[in-house]
Amino acid sequence: MAEVEETLKRIQSQKGVQGIIIVNSEGIPIKTTLDNSSTVQYAGLIHQLVMKARSTVRDIDPQNDLTFLRVRSKKNEIMIAPDKDYFLIVIQNPSD
Amino acid sequence: MPPKRPKSAISSAGSKGRAKGKKSQSPTLVEKPGHPEDIFPMVLTSATQELFGCLADEDVTGESPYKLLKKDDIIQDIKTRAAVSDFSPVKQIVLDYPEDELLLVYDRDFTYEQCFYLVLTPEAKDRILNPPEPETSQVLENVVNKTPEPKEWISLGSELEIDEESIKETREKLWYKFSRVRRKFGVPVCFSDRNTADAKDGYLECASYQDSRFSIKQMQRDCGMQAVPRLQSSSAQTQWKFQRNIFTQYVPRELSDEEKENILQFESLNNFCNSVTPRVLQALQQEEIMNGFFDDWKALGAAAEDGDWSGKVSEGLMLYQAFTDQKYTKDKKISSINWHPTIYGVLAVALTEQKEERTKDSTTFVVTPSVILFYSFSDPSIPQLLLECPDDIFAFEFCPSDPNIIVGGCINGQVVLWDISAHVTHLLGTQPGSKKVSVSTDTFDLDDNQENKTPVVRYCAVSALESRHKAPITDVQWLPPTFEVTRSGLPVENKYNISVQVVTCSPDCTIMFWDLRMQRLLSHSATDRKQSVDQKTQMTPYSVPDTFKHLDRTWKPLFRVSLPKIDTSGEYAPLKFSLEHYTCNGNTGRTTEEDNENDDGDSSKVIPDYSQLRVPSAKTATILEDVNTKLYIGTEDGEIVHTDWKLEKDDSGRLQSAKPLHCFNIHHWLVNTVQRSPFYKDIILTTGGWNFAIWKEGVMDGPIVLSPSSEQVCTSGCWSLSRPAVFFIGKDDGSIEVWNLMEKTSEPAQVHAHITNAKITCIKPWTASSKQHFLTVTDDIGMVRVLEIPKVLYVPTRNESLSVKKYFELEEERLNDFLKREELWAQQKREAEELKRKTEPDKPAKSLEVNEEVNMKEYKDYMTLEESILKGIGLWPAAADKQNT
Repeated sequence: MAEVEETLKRIQSQKGVQGIIIVNSEGIPIKTTLDNSSTVQYAGLIHQLVMKARSTVRDIDPQNDLTFLRVRSKKNEIMIAPDKDYFLIVIQNPSD
Repeated sequence: MPPKRPKSAISSAGSKGRAKGKKSQSPTLVEKPGHPEDIFPMVLTSATQELFGCLADEDVTGESPYKLLKKDDIIQDIKTRAAVSDFSPVKQIVLDYPEDELLLVYDRDFTYEQCFYLVLTPEAKDRILNPPEPETSQVLENVVNKTPEPKEWISLGSELEIDEESIKETREKLWYKFSRVRRKFGVPVCFSDRNTADAKDGYLECASYQDSRFSIKQMQRDCGMQAVPRLQSSSAQTQWKFQRNIFTQYVPRELSDEEKENILQFESLNNFCNSVTPRVLQALQQEEIMNGFFDDWKALGAAAEDGDWSGKVSEGLMLYQAFTDQKYTKDKKISSINWHPTIYGVLAVALTEQKEERTKDSTTFVVTPSVILFYSFSDPSIPQLLLECPDDIFAFEFCPSDPNIIVGGCINGQVVLWDISAHVTHLLGTQPGSKKVSVSTDTFDLDDNQENKTPVVRYCAVSALESRHKAPITDVQWLPPTFEVTRSGLPVENKYNISVQVVTCSPDCTIMFWDLRMQRLLSHSATDRKQSVDQKTQMTPYSVPDTFKHLDRTWKPLFRVSLPKIDTSGEYAPLKFSLEHYTCNGNTGRTTEEDNENDDGDSSKVIPDYSQLRVPSAKTATILEDVNTKLYIGTEDGEIVHTDWKLEKDDSGRLQSAKPLHCFNIHHWLVNTVQRSPFYKDIILTTGGWNFAIWKEGVMDGPIVLSPSSEQVCTSGCWSLSRPAVFFIGKDDGSIEVWNLMEKTSEPAQVHAHITNAKITCIKPWTASSKQHFLTVTDDIGMVRVLEIPKVLYVPTRNESLSVKKYFELEEERLNDFLKREELWAQQKREAEELKRKTEPDKPAKSLEVNEEVNMKEYKDYMTLEESILKGIGLWPAAADKQNT
């Protein structure tokens, strides 16, 4: 528990980080630093995106797997680190 | 061999096997044996089995059920054991058996009801031992393993048919040779076509006809066949019979808190966090360091666009067009110029007399009408529209909310209004690129039709003579459509979002606010109106638009603002002023939208009938608190005055103008420009005398930027409309300085000398389109020049507005700093002087006396000298006195 907190703190201390969400493999958020409605929205939408991205990568090469996904938009950047059972979503506002 | 297992044969077979004695009684076998004819099921006793070496399940098994027995052995056995032998039933067959060996098959599964069976014929034996492989597999094997071998062709009669069908020559080919007479070889030939019907014997026809002698029925017919898939297209449409809205309401899945707590304890989550963190941190850091998606190539291109590489870019202002008109601009100077706010390429200039004093008793006094000319890009030498003025106009402006209304200030102090809505189509028709159909509709006077055809618009209203300024009006401005003011100067909400109020200033030390709407009826104005009605009926020769008939000759200002001097008595004489354009969020949004919709001036926006509008009562309107009611005024003496226009109640209860807040004398002569920057609400440029200054509203101590004095008088100045750091200054000798605060702050970035030969009277920039930025320059001899601003001067650099803002802030600090230091120095100086005075208190008095004595002595010397000289010449005053009596 403490380790998880520590990890979150480390990430949160980086410049520009707006929010962090930990989601389980079904897309249900476990831990978050944002408000509930945003969390739920992010978790649901990004879960689908990650599934699609992962299946794309694996279709092309079954030996391959998705390690990181970055979605950059005008206002901010969403970084997703998937894993077997969970994935971590970080929303950052880039400096420029 | 297909096994057949008739159940009924069991007992018979069994009985057959058991009853050895009845073996010879084969006829008892009424039923057909359930086994093929060529095998014989039999039982062999273990003794027999041993004898023949075919012990069940030992020598012969399910896998290898075949045993070849010698015929001789069987016969021997039969002989030895006679009837007991198991082989006795087949004795005859064995004896007849042609071959030496018989096949005994161990029938493990009792297929034929017995333990063994004997194969009776050699063919069957062969067949069993070498069973033909199941047909399919054999066929396959053939195809796979063996390539088909070519076989001898056996004729089946097909070659006859082929022979029949093939084409053979039945006779030799005929050939014809055509040649010409030798002498015609090489001679040119002319071929032509000919129809066969032209010549009588051109062809010979063998027409087909039905011969009645024959009636052959065609029995056989060759025809070709082609298989074509049958295509059929069909479609179906579903009918949505019951239209129903279906919706699903869902709730996201969430874990309860305990579950979350639980999951957080998991080891796997820890591992996950540990493994994922380095990646995430790296990505976050990458973002921080640089923007990976920044397109350098594009940014490079945006800074210097395509046109620049062609090499023919001029860095300076290029002359685009020059306007002048022989008839109207002779001996006139231009006092003011304005671009038409909506129509492209149309500008208006106000012409005034060059000589400032008109002596009325001069015999050569020529009355030239005072006009405002409208020029258009399509025709540089012919004005498109003429506005008739009662007198010379020094300043005029287009109404920001309705570009057809123009207000002007006269030399005699009156305010004049024009309405050009009737002629807008004419102006629109003169846009470059459109044909000039409107001008030459009457075609019988082609020579001088242009001059006759310039439409003239008479002014539709002038202000009342009694309430005019006592000096020429030098500046006129419209209040922006976002607010209006009441009779006491309080800014209130503008319900209609149109500009209805005008501010004028004049060197008679007053600023007047005028309203276009009908003012509330006061008792004496009725009499005024009666008089004016009489006057009006007398003189309305032309068709004057009656937009402002309610104002004509009765127009009085809303209120006056006077400018008492701060320190001394007397008043300031304003020449130019600038007010802050109030932009309230909601209103400006609406007005810009409406303006965009109404490029042609059609009335999808409500252009109110001005005569119907009434000045709202001051009590009902909502007061806008955040309007900046302060004005910056430039005066005749070169002072810049910062004052508030709101009237305040003084001791006696009358509404009185407040004393100005600040005044600085920076320019030492007439101030001719006070203009706010289009980018910053609180930065003001003023020019006058021999220098110019930039002020920041709110900084009370002086200008934040003051230019060094130049050799020529600065006669006009204006900010660039697209770059916050660029402004233009026009000079007395006809040159223009382009100042760029980003490049140099102490001298102009560019100087364009000799733009014109005369004094520049007015500069106005205009952004016609994103690629065309113009600067109009007007001068003292009536010429209007339109210069095109090069890209380098109208494309702002990156973050220019921020940089300029910072620069101004720096300057402000510098100013404050300087003033503090000045105070400090002044104080120090005073202290030093005091100190000095204390140490030498008598010296100043002494020095004064000494000076006096010295002066007197010199004077006496001079007088004696003068006396001696005059005596010498003989003009000594004593003698002169005698002469002058």
